[in-house]
Amino acid sequence: MSEGSKPVIVGQRRWMANVANVAAWAAGLLFFFPVFWMVITSFKTEQNAQTEIPNLHLNAGLERFRDVTKSAPGTLTFVKAFGTSATVVLVSTLIVLILAVPAAYALAIRQVTKWRDVLLFFISTKFLPIAAAILPLYTISQKLHLLDTKAVLIIVYVSMNLPLAVWMLRSFFAEVPRDLLEAAEIDGAGFFSRLRNVLLPIVAPGISATALLCFIFAWNEFFLAVNLTSFKSQTIPIWVTTMISTRGQFLAKLSAASTLACIPVVLAGWVAQKRLVRGLTMGAVK
Amino acid sequence: MTTVSSTSSVSPDSKIRRTSVRRQQWSRRLPLMPALIFTIVVTQLPFVITIWYSLHKWDFLTPGSFKFIGLKNYVKPISDQFFRAATLHTVVITGGTVVIAIVIGTALAMLMDRQFLGQGMVRTLLITPFLIMPVAASLIWRHGFLDATYGFLNWILRGIGFSNVAFTTRYPLLSVVIVLVWQWTPFMMLIILAGLQSQSGEILEAARVDGASGITIFRHMTVPHLRPYLELGGLLGSIYLLQAFDTVDQLVGGAPDARNVPYFIYQRSIGGGWKFGQASAYGVLVVIATIILANVALRLISSLLESQ
Repeated sequence: MSEGSKPVIVGQRRWMANVANVAAWAAGLLFFFPVFWMVITSFKTEQNAQTEIPNLHLNAGLERFRDVTKSAPGTLTFVKAFGTSATVVLVSTLIVLILAVPAAYALAIRQVTKWRDVLLFFISTKFLPIAAAILPLYTISQKLHLLDTKAVLIIVYVSMNLPLAVWMLRSFFAEVPRDLLEAAEIDGAGFFSRLRNVLLPIVAPGISATALLCFIFAWNEFFLAVNLTSFKSQTIPIWVTTMISTRGQFLAKLSAASTLACIPVVLAGWVAQKRLVRGLTMGAVK
Repeated sequence: MTTVSSTSSVSPDSKIRRTSVRRQQWSRRLPLMPALIFTIVVTQLPFVITIWYSLHKWDFLTPGSFKFIGLKNYVKPISDQFFRAATLHTVVITGGTVVIAIVIGTALAMLMDRQFLGQGMVRTLLITPFLIMPVAASLIWRHGFLDATYGFLNWILRGIGFSNVAFTTRYPLLSVVIVLVWQWTPFMMLIILAGLQSQSGEILEAARVDGASGITIFRHMTVPHLRPYLELGGLLGSIYLLQAFDTVDQLVGGAPDARNVPYFIYQRSIGGGWKFGQASAYGVLVVIATIILANVALRLISSLLESQ
């Protein structure tokens, strides 16, 4: 780089790097803008939220947030929907992990024969259009009096997230050095002891990434919730849709509700972004 | 397992060995069983029942209307133009979104694959759309950005000399793809970025010293290296986009010109049609098509399953 003709190239490279930096920032701001605008809009009055020329009159304070979290009898309240969502998401994610950790162990560590076929089977269930299974799920739930309960949502969310969890955890488990496990085995450690003392500490980051992804998908899920619940067990995504009204303006309220609904997942995703990518790409592309 | 002889004169010794091999196999399978059984019961069993339903004429709201009619439910789908349209929309929504999101995602990943001021901040901004609840994203885009009168996008269009466009009603399919691309590009970017960052810097530098141009390096080194990452992004993206119900429902209200297969089946059954027998036949056909497609796709990208 230090020879005669190079400074021109260096200058050119630096110029190009600057352009690239500006482009990266522009892209970031562009992609983020709708989210920014959603949050901004939730601090507006309804009149200011929908105008032909966008404005920045944020003079409604927290009024819209108060509006949407207010409880009115006979309607789905934020607190109730939040409680349902939190319960369903936490319990289903916990069950997913309880089922997926041993399964991943059997696919990666002490491999069953044809583990590849088993893994393919798990993934293939994700291809099944959920619309093709929803009718029996609906009729069976109805027969078992599970319609509109948290239990039915927990069951279907476990089945929704289990394949992905098995896939991700298998990748993480496959990375664990074999020597470590063999040493533990020679020391006479049993299955649960090996799992708890050797394996879990190593794959803990992978497990938390998997749990996070299950949390995101379950929290945001809409189709199954719409079909299997009607009032008692409606979740946050359904609560958001109740902001739509045919009478009068509602964009500010909708924005406030959407902001509240998105906060848990967005925060969790921001905090764990690096881990999330690792979880999705690792092993699968090794 | 080759130690187990297949001759009829089994010595006591090999018998013991065989039972121990079998026991060992079962002890290996045991941890897998709860997940496997759960998945079979909750995902495969309903499908078998769907096949059973599909052989019946059944209006859910009319008690006692459950009547065996054989394969009659399968005659209609073949000639049903709405079903054909829904299939086409599913292909356009899934394929269009995956391709566009991967192209933009690759460009963004290359921009991000450098050290620069605020890199972490930009990545955080970029991934946010993927974290937004699809229902919220659809509604905010519909009423805040794509609205025919008050939409932000229309304000920009007017600013550069166009007139208002009623996106969600006139171009519902395009609207769905716009919002899904916005949500899925960050996801593709993240996966491709992970691929770029796993590329060996030394080898790239060596190629550069040898005089390879940026384009040559990209075509002959970066693209082959990225292939498994692109495949992974395409696979995971397709899995979720094939089922995209939220956006079709909440962004364009299930407009006939954007209705995809999940919405179509919903509409014919729980969403108001209540024709469970007929809707089940559509479901079965979709599953058969998906199984064929998924098999082809998984075989094409089987590199993902090679361990270590």
